[in-house]
Amino acid sequence: MYDSLEKICQQCEKTGKSFFKVVCHQDCNEEDLSEAQVIERMHKMYDEMRRSNASYDAKRRSTSGLIGGEAGLLRQRIEANQMISGDFISCVMEKALRVASNNACMRRIVAAPTAGACGVLPAVLLTYQEKYETEDEDMVKALFVAAGIGGVIAQRASLSGAQDGCQAEIGSASAMAAGALAYLEGGDNETICHACALALKNLLGLACDPVGGLVEIPCVKRNVIGAVNAVTSADLALAGIRSKIPADQVIDTMRSIGQHMSSDIKETGIGGLASTPAAKAWLKKQKNEYKSH
Amino acid sequence: MNLFEIIGPVMVGPSSSHTAGAVKIGNLSRRLMGQDIVSAVIQLHGSFSATGKGHGTDRGLIAGLLGLDCDDENIVNAFDLAKQAGLTFSIDECDLGPDAHPNSVRMELYGNKGKGLEIVAASIGGGRIQVREIDHMRCVFSGDCPTLIAENDDRPGMIAMISELLTDRNINIATIQLDRSSRHGHAVTVMEVDNEIDAKDLLWLRHQAGIIKIIYLSMEENNNVR
Repeated sequence: MYDSLEKICQQCEKTGKSFFKVVCHQDCNEEDLSEAQVIERMHKMYDEMRRSNASYDAKRRSTSGLIGGEAGLLRQRIEANQMISGDFISCVMEKALRVASNNACMRRIVAAPTAGACGVLPAVLLTYQEKYETEDEDMVKALFVAAGIGGVIAQRASLSGAQDGCQAEIGSASAMAAGALAYLEGGDNETICHACALALKNLLGLACDPVGGLVEIPCVKRNVIGAVNAVTSADLALAGIRSKIPADQVIDTMRSIGQHMSSDIKETGIGGLASTPAAKAWLKKQKNEYKSH
Repeated sequence: MNLFEIIGPVMVGPSSSHTAGAVKIGNLSRRLMGQDIVSAVIQLHGSFSATGKGHGTDRGLIAGLLGLDCDDENIVNAFDLAKQAGLTFSIDECDLGPDAHPNSVRMELYGNKGKGLEIVAASIGGGRIQVREIDHMRCVFSGDCPTLIAENDDRPGMIAMISELLTDRNINIATIQLDRSSRHGHAVTVMEVDNEIDAKDLLWLRHQAGIIKIIYLSMEENNNVR
């Protein structure tokens, strides 16, 4: 697995291969599989993402009862033509909610890169495919681009909220999705890296402070911001707007910010939103309910 | 780490450590038992006990004990499935001490053919797991490759005997760990190997002088011998 985006780009230049191929071939080596096998596997991941979006049921609730129905509400507003956001962004928002709340409700999802951030990539990719009728084959290539970016983040920093806060989960997912979108829109390697850098910069410092330690609040709704941020960051990069800080250095920054974060806001359910009066009141109620069962 | 740990795994939510990891621990324990489990005493430690209920850790463990994989949408119905399968269980909290991983569980399992197993395992992040203790003996293995666990008398030649057998069968040892309760007492030898060990060879090992117990984790279903 590559430990810098710069190295991936250099490898592309050296071999004349595309970003997606370089990432794909590296995995072939690592797992001792053929290119066709690895691509087939990624196809399955994309199919699962599609399935996880399709299987949403607005009536379903999470074990805690805190999550469920959000995407249904948004759908009503979309159908009433009331959305301030445009058509594309509205669909992205809805899918992010659908997949992330499926996760909270114990349905099957693709952890990409984590379960908590599972709504970001499907929201962006499935909406893109719907709008532009892109072939599955190209969507899968875009997933390799996203995986390459995620791999670099895993090597230089981490993809774990417990280690580096939510920036490492929603932030990483957003950076991966931004790169994938830039690729789908025909952006060159430089543009892919800038889209990634711009997306991650916007979410630096994001705390992992889930209420009751559950992957529900604020996680589900943060998938929406991760997905929308990926779209806007890709557009910025494709317009030629550059991140003055290179992507690898943004990733290093995420790591150092993660190290500075108190453990109270790293998936412990102690600080941040988890320590608000509203969260504490809910937890107290929840404990009493468990006792009475 | 490979690309499909970044895009993947496919799993039932909400948490790779608390849900997928729990299913994997249950599943691994079932494979170590090599028979259907009829009763389970489950004790959750640390974050597993603190947030396990909301994350479905309890249902995940039971689902795994029943043989479900971590992408099975029936995990949510694990308690009903247990009832149907005749698996009785209790789930409580426990304190495994400061050295235990925050996401740890201790289980006492009994099989339909009367076998028992005590296991302590941890979910160490991203759905990866580690067995930390088997029948009160310390060990560390992931369950990603065939694993031989031998309880034996603490005396010279035991490892040589096992490794001679493996050499003879051309089976490469990936990792090896040793621990013992006391000098000349009980020892445990854990070997992760690259190829499956034949059931006949496991049986042979079990009958060698000095061997108290052989536990084997196969990567193939229904091929376990204890």
